[in-house]
Amino acid sequence: MKPEKKKKIVKTIRIDVDKCNGCRACEVVCSAFHAAPKYGNNNPGRARIRVIHEPLKNIFLPVYAGEYTAAECMGRDKYIIDGKEYDECAFCRASCPSREAFKEPDSELPLKCDMCESDPPLEKPLCVQWCLNDALVYEEREEEVDEEEEKPEDAELAVEALIDKYGFDKVSDVLARIAAAKAASKKA
Amino acid sequence: MRYAETGYNLEIDLSKGSIERVPTDPKLTELHLGGLGTNARIIWDRVPPDVDPLSPDNILIFSTGLLCGTPAPGANRTIVSTISPQTLFMHFSMMGGFLAPELKYAGYDKVVIKGKSPSLVYLWINNDKVEIRDATHLHGKGALETAELIRQELGEPRAQVAAIGLAGENSVYFASIEHGRSSASRGGIGAVMGSKGLKAIAVRGTKDVHVAKPERFFELCNEVLKYIEFRAKNPIKGVPPILAGIGSPQEMAIHDEEWHTTSFAWGNARHRRKGFWTKEVEESWRRSQERAVQRLVSCYNCPMKCGAIISYPALGVSRYMMKCYSKLTYVMAAMADDLDFGFSIAGLAQEYGVDGYSTPQVMAFAVELYEAGILTDADLPGFPKDNKERFFYLLEKIVRREGIGDVLAKGVYWAAREIGKGAEAFDHNTIKRHEQIPIKLGMLNPIYFVMWATGEKANITQIEGQLPQAPFPTKELREDFVKDWIQVPTGKEERFKKFVLEWGDPGTEFPFYPPIDLICELVDWQETMHYIDDSTGICAGLSSFPLKPPYHIHNLPLIISAATGLEIDEDGLWEIARRNRTLVRAVNVRRGLRRKDEKPPEDHWKKRFPEYEAKILDEYYEYKGWNKEGIPKKETLERLELDFVAQDLVRRGILEGNGEGK
Ligand code: SF4
Ligand code: SF4
Ligand code: SF4
Repeated sequence: MKPEKKKKIVKTIRIDVDKCNGCRACEVVCSAFHAAPKYGNNNPGRARIRVIHEPLKNIFLPVYAGEYTAAECMGRDKYIIDGKEYDECAFCRASCPSREAFKEPDSELPLKCDMCESDPPLEKPLCVQWCLNDALVYEEREEEVDEEEEKPEDAELAVEALIDKYGFDKVSDVLARIAAAKAASKKA
Repeated sequence: MRYAETGYNLEIDLSKGSIERVPTDPKLTELHLGGLGTNARIIWDRVPPDVDPLSPDNILIFSTGLLCGTPAPGANRTIVSTISPQTLFMHFSMMGGFLAPELKYAGYDKVVIKGKSPSLVYLWINNDKVEIRDATHLHGKGALETAELIRQELGEPRAQVAAIGLAGENSVYFASIEHGRSSASRGGIGAVMGSKGLKAIAVRGTKDVHVAKPERFFELCNEVLKYIEFRAKNPIKGVPPILAGIGSPQEMAIHDEEWHTTSFAWGNARHRRKGFWTKEVEESWRRSQERAVQRLVSCYNCPMKCGAIISYPALGVSRYMMKCYSKLTYVMAAMADDLDFGFSIAGLAQEYGVDGYSTPQVMAFAVELYEAGILTDADLPGFPKDNKERFFYLLEKIVRREGIGDVLAKGVYWAAREIGKGAEAFDHNTIKRHEQIPIKLGMLNPIYFVMWATGEKANITQIEGQLPQAPFPTKELREDFVKDWIQVPTGKEERFKKFVLEWGDPGTEFPFYPPIDLICELVDWQETMHYIDDSTGICAGLSSFPLKPPYHIHNLPLIISAATGLEIDEDGLWEIARRNRTLVRAVNVRRGLRRKDEKPPEDHWKKRFPEYEAKILDEYYEYKGWNKEGIPKKETLERLELDFVAQDLVRRGILEGNGEGK
């Protein structure tokens, strides 16, 4: 069976690391945007972008949170660019068990950049809007692609992460218990 | 729930090794906001006037500002307050960078430190986990080096660290606390930290900071960012480039230093070099700066780039960070004509942790004493001939407190008195025992007279701002300036704009212009804006310091209200700032501050008018609600809900009671 062609908007953030001044406004505004209520709190620990900030090595590297992964890589990358040695896994976007990045600080649930999905959509993602130095620049283009495969939703990813952490049985037990408790409290 | 603030302070007693997390009283936020305001309250309550600044009883407070950790752009100041070993008054250094927001995210508004640790330690604050850790292996390490070593040993690359260098460990009276590109450097705050046996504070926080009215608050933040963009495109016309933009003076981005090098005094605040800025100098300084500056950098959540990463392998200078004016202070004090010298000595000075304003002046003072034969080869064995080498020599002596360095380490005022033999005459640039920016002018400037005399921190940059420093040369420029001058307080628009429009016309010459009542209003406005920033933690570079800043008396009450849920209007905010300002004065009055201390250096201006100056000071004190000695009056204190201060001052006989006392 041939997949059907479909138009798709590809959203890109162009990251010019040479323009980054390490202010972390992108982290600030991302965490505020995703707070509940919106902008109600702020905590860069929850941001879906992280600025690797090592001024004394002249390293300023904004990295976006990508997919969740249950297991860390077998091999690791270590880049040296222009004589500057970046930390292991520096460029990787994964929310991965090997490191603290891209996880909710308390629950350790994975975080992923959603390009500030909202209704109505924003003109530009907020990290781009708040980066007045143009280290982050937003671009859109249209592409023809094969029919998209279903992407798992945030909630699904979160449950998956919980299963990885606690095991399937434990998580389904807890879910059942919560469901029962909710039903009981509704009756009461 | 508490908004903007966390509602908790950390109380550390280094003598006992105890750590407590203490809830704070929300009423104090209403009265003082936070930052410097609540610091002053703690110092008033807990540090009696006879406490020796370097004794365990002195308190050292690392405070966040009220808005630090919220998305308010540039709200990142750590306000470090203590009693200064140099001035013997309450000192409050503010530093930018990343420490204060991190502390908020860790769940604390302040770290209040007393006592003295038996051996060198550092503090590790990691959310709820707080430890006092051994730092004996960090003894003698540079301030930036210490921060790196601590991050490595904790395995926490994202920990924010503030540390002292050797100067702080040795209680040099102008030792700083260094934090990356920023430092709390004035008044010997690093010496107090060293006297407590505290090498560093490391912080990591991953908790939320809440705001009360999210949508409104966010909208106001966006307006601030828009105005920052507007100002980037619209520099003030008719002023030197260094004054045209916002942020701290853009020393790292701008290489045109004509204004500083020709208006400020060189050496021990002696010589003006009006013809210094030639084409050749400009070319050589530009090259030097381009070679040294690797990248411009910001503080937390701020789009400005006031700092720079410096690296200059050709000079053997490894990487460090610099901001503002320190590239020039050493160069000018040493009468060195090349900027390379500035970049190389400033890096070393930063690792030792000394103030970039006081240190070069102390060294220039020592050089003068040597040339006058007051210090001899016996005091300075092997003293080099070349001035630049002399500065490196003196730096080593001072931070190690070796030989005469032990005396010079107390700063110009104390060293002059200890050395004697006429050395006092060479102390011609201190106020309140504190080295001032080296500037020597012709005609008395009555506005600056009041600011130099009365500033509580004895630091002109902590009181000036907002007002052009000189008249605009043409009518068009004046009109252009006032046409969108939105920062002026309500009710003052007409008076302040009229002043700018006519200033420069015949009959508007100093010293008898502007009229004293207008001087009072202009100074009070400028100072009040600083006290607001010092309580909110917003960088003065975006607020009280430059011309036409994005934060001003009209949007600040809205921003503070939306963040905290308090209802504060323009008058209310002004009242809080006045309360904080008065409380800092009261702390110092109790420690002996009087009118006699409020004196700009004799030679600050060539043309002085003692009687007129006395009259200006009288009227300004009156305007502030202070008596002829500069002591806040009883009714002033009571109006500001500082009754307890009034009672204390009456009990001590400093203020008259109702008809009793003196
Ligand atoms: S907002 Fe821009 S300049 Fe600031 S840290 Fe993020 S990417 Fe860098
Ligand atoms: S695009 Fe939006 S979600 Fe993604 S990092 Fe930027 S602010 Fe966060
Ligand atoms: S204006 Fe400059 S000094 Fe102030 S917060 Fe921004 S970068 Fe820091």
